[in-house]
Amino acid sequence: MADLRTRIGSLELQNPIMPASGTFGIEMADIFDFDLLGALVLKTVTPHMRAGNPVPRVCELPNGMLNSIGIPSKGGDYLVDRIIPQFSAFKPPLVVSISANSAEDFAKFASRISVAGVDAIEANISCPNIEDDGHAFAMSTTATHKVIAAMRKATDLPIWAKLSPNVGAPADIARAAEDAGADALVATNTMLGMAIDVKSGKFKLGNVMGGLSGPALKPISLRVTYQCVRAVSIPVIGCGGISTVDDVLEYLMAGAAAVQVGTASFIHPMAMPDLIRGLDERLDAEGWETVSRVNGMLAQRREAANVLEYA
Amino acid sequence: MLKTNHELSSRPAFPLHQRTCEVKVNDPVNSQYRYLVVSAPDELLDCEPGQFFHLLCEPEGDDQPFFRRPMSIYGFDRDRGELSFLYKVTGAGTRSLASLRAGDGLDVVGPLGVGFTLPEDMTHPLLVARGVGLATLAPLARAFRQRGVKTTAICSARSADLLMSVELFEALGVRVIPVTDADGNSGTGAIEALIERLVAEEKVDGLYTCGSKRLTTLLKRVSSSHGIFGEVALEQHMACGVGVCQACVLPFSRDGRTQDLRVCRDGPVFNLTEVL
Repeated sequence: MADLRTRIGSLELQNPIMPASGTFGIEMADIFDFDLLGALVLKTVTPHMRAGNPVPRVCELPNGMLNSIGIPSKGGDYLVDRIIPQFSAFKPPLVVSISANSAEDFAKFASRISVAGVDAIEANISCPNIEDDGHAFAMSTTATHKVIAAMRKATDLPIWAKLSPNVGAPADIARAAEDAGADALVATNTMLGMAIDVKSGKFKLGNVMGGLSGPALKPISLRVTYQCVRAVSIPVIGCGGISTVDDVLEYLMAGAAAVQVGTASFIHPMAMPDLIRGLDERLDAEGWETVSRVNGMLAQRREAANVLEYA
Repeated sequence: MLKTNHELSSRPAFPLHQRTCEVKVNDPVNSQYRYLVVSAPDELLDCEPGQFFHLLCEPEGDDQPFFRRPMSIYGFDRDRGELSFLYKVTGAGTRSLASLRAGDGLDVVGPLGVGFTLPEDMTHPLLVARGVGLATLAPLARAFRQRGVKTTAICSARSADLLMSVELFEALGVRVIPVTDADGNSGTGAIEALIERLVAEEKVDGLYTCGSKRLTTLLKRVSSSHGIFGEVALEQHMACGVGVCQACVLPFSRDGRTQDLRVCRDGPVFNLTEVL
C-alpha cells in the first residue's frame, strides 16, 4: 500500500483523487462508496435560482465533449438546507463550489455557506458559460484578485480558486489569486469551444459556445497546471481530461498536489475509485512510496525556465 | 396501489453497476433494426420495465462515439441471466453497437431511471408505439401478462415488414392491432378513433407509449378527456445518464409549476399529465 495522502493547505486528503465540479452529485452514491475519495466537490451553486441554458446542452467530440449546461442552480438556501446535509454522512472533506455575478456577491455567498459540514470553498471564477461572450472573472488578474480578496474577508474556510485555460498568461492570474489569499488553485476549468452540425447548418449547442472537456483538453490543462505550479507557492490541483492512471501521474509530475476527475466519470462512473486503486498499485509497482515523491520526479530541463517567458 | 422505484423497500446499497457483459446475440431483425442479447449478472437484472442501460460504444472505423448511448430494456430474464435490447442503427453509437459479435464484451451501466407504474387495479392497459418504440413497451407487456391482465398493443410502422415485436407480443398473449402508413390506418385521426373505440367498448383503463411526440400528444389528450392513467417513456440525448450533469432536461408540469426534470433520473418514464 502506497501512501496516497496529500495536503491542500490545512486539509489533509487520504488520496489525491476528487471529482471535478459539475460532474459529481449524490446520485453517484448509488454506484460507489464516496468514502474512498480524497475529497467531495459539489456542482457549482449560485446564490439565487438559475434555470440553466437551452438544450442541447452537450455535444460529443471524437475525444471529448462540449457543454453549455449553464449552471442550473436551486440557490443558496437549498444548498445549505438540503444538499450539504446529504453529504454529512461521508468522511472526505466537502468542497462547495460557488459562482456569483460580482465580487461582492461572491463574498456574501461565501459567508452564507460557511456552515458546519463545509471544509473548503471552490470559487468558480472560470465558467465560460456564465458571462457574456464566454467572459469570466478568471480571464483578468484584476477581477480574479477582487473576487478572491472579497471572499477572503468573508470566510475563514480555505478558498480554492478555479482558474480558466482561456487566458494568455495563466501565471499572472495564478499569482493574483495567491496574492488575494487563495489557499489553493484548481487548473483548469473547461476551454471555450464551438461545434456546428454541417448537415443541418445548426450549432451543436443551444447556447452556441460551450466548454471543452475530456481527453482533448488534457495537454492544455496540464500545461496551465505546470505554469501555475511554477508561479505560486500554494498547492495546485490539476483538472482536465484525466481518465487513466498515467494521466494522474502526468499531473502529479507537473507538480499538482491532487487532481480532479470530471468528464471521465460520465463515461465510466467507476472512474474515480478505479483510479485510486490503480494509482495505489502503480506507486507500489514502481517503488514510488508517496504522492510528493511523484511530484518531484519531473526531470528539470533548462528550457523549462524559459517557458515562463511565454506564460 | 402504485409502486415506484423510490418505494422499493429492499433497495440495495449500490443499485447501479458498471459491468462488462458478454455478447451472446447481435443479429439483424430487418433492414433497420438489430436484436442484442448479453449475459448479465443478477445485480443488473434487478430491473423494471421502462428502465434503461447506458452502453459504452467503442470507436469503430470512422465513428468515434464519446458518450455512452442510453438504451431501453427490451427484455430481462433472471433464469437465463440475459439482458436484451432492440435498436435501430442510426448513427455513430448504434453503428458501433452493430459491429459487436458474439463473445465480445459490452460495458454497461445500469439499471437506470424510473420505470413504468403498473397499478394493481388496472384491468386493460393499451400500449401504443411506433417502430422501435415498441421495444421499450415489451417488458411492460410481459409484466402485465404475468399478472394475467388483458393487454392490447397498437403497433405502428411505415410498412408491414417494419412492424416490430408483433410475434413477441402475440406470444405473450397480447392482442396486437397493427397499423401501417402503407395501409393508411396509422394517421393520428385513425389511431385516435381506434383508441376511442377501445376505451368505449373494451374499457381500456391504462395508456402507455414511448418515443413518438405525435403519439404522446394524442395519448395525453385521450388520458385527460377520459381521466385514464397514462405514462410515456421519453428519449433524450444524455451525457452522464445517472442524473448528475443536467444535460438531458426537458420542461414538465409538476407540483403545480413548470420545471426542468432530468429524463435520465427523474424519468425516462413520466405521467402523461406532466408532459408539455
